[in-house]
Amino acid sequence: MPTPTKGPRLGGGPAHERLILANLATSLFENDSITTTEAKAKRLRPLAERLITFAKRGDLHARRRVMTVVRDKGVVHRLFTEIAPDMAERPGGYTRITKIGARKGDNAPMAVIELVREPIAKKATVKEAEAATKRAAKDAKKAEKPAKDEEVVEVEVEQTEATEAAEAAAELPQGAVAANEDGSSPDDAYTVKGNMNSMKYHEPDGQWFEQTVAEVWFQSAEDAEAAGFTKAGA
Amino acid sequence: MAVPKRKMSRSNTRSRRANWKTTATVLTTCPQCKAPTQPHVACPSCGTYKGRHYDAAERTEHQG
Repeated sequence: MPTPTKGPRLGGGPAHERLILANLATSLFENDSITTTEAKAKRLRPLAERLITFAKRGDLHARRRVMTVVRDKGVVHRLFTEIAPDMAERPGGYTRITKIGARKGDNAPMAVIELVREPIAKKATVKEAEAATKRAAKDAKKAEKPAKDEEVVEVEVEQTEATEAAEAAAELPQGAVAANEDGSSPDDAYTVKGNMNSMKYHEPDGQWFEQTVAEVWFQSAEDAEAAGFTKAGA
Repeated sequence: MAVPKRKMSRSNTRSRRANWKTTATVLTTCPQCKAPTQPHVACPSCGTYKGRHYDAAERTEHQG
């Protein structure tokens, strides 16, 4: 017995289903991103990814196989010449489905399905390793500083906590330095970003570290917490 | 065709219907705009999901 297709059936019959999926695929390759129901998006994903695999192969036979589904030559040309090169490095997972809540009228769960055309992000393990080397460098710098200096900082931090309780908006917390105009760190030793609006800090391996524009920088997470900042996402 | 032999009493009907219950929607807070949102769904107030923005997700005045 042949394995049934995964997911819900669409349309009024097999031919109608093929037409719906072909039209969805054509629109997806034409516009990069389409809004449809969750069920249709989930059925479209395997078909679209198979067509992109054909496009990555790029020969005439592959093009003819794609033409059996996507009947528009212009769209197939776009798929082979514009989309396929972007996907060259990507080992599958060419599309992304994002749920966007229910449609008014029939309350159908809707989704946006889009081609993932941005360059591949670095693997998490690579990021972790880089963060570790940064931390090691920072620790080495700290060790060089005399221990006396650190004691002074601790006393100051206690004072800040007291003043912070009194007035929430302190100008610049202890243990922090103001960021440069473009938000970058003024010193390599200061690696933790601080957001004055949300009073949260971001470590270099944090989820929002890259997108945060820092107002202040801390040497470490402990310094930030001592200054009244909380860890982002905690 | 099989048909009911007896009229169903009001009591039976009502005790059956008394078990129809509804559940509250699970809500989380949008990390971007702090509005309540459903988990794994783009935020309806600011349209962001995992740092990406989706225009189609934003709730218009025609929607509830």
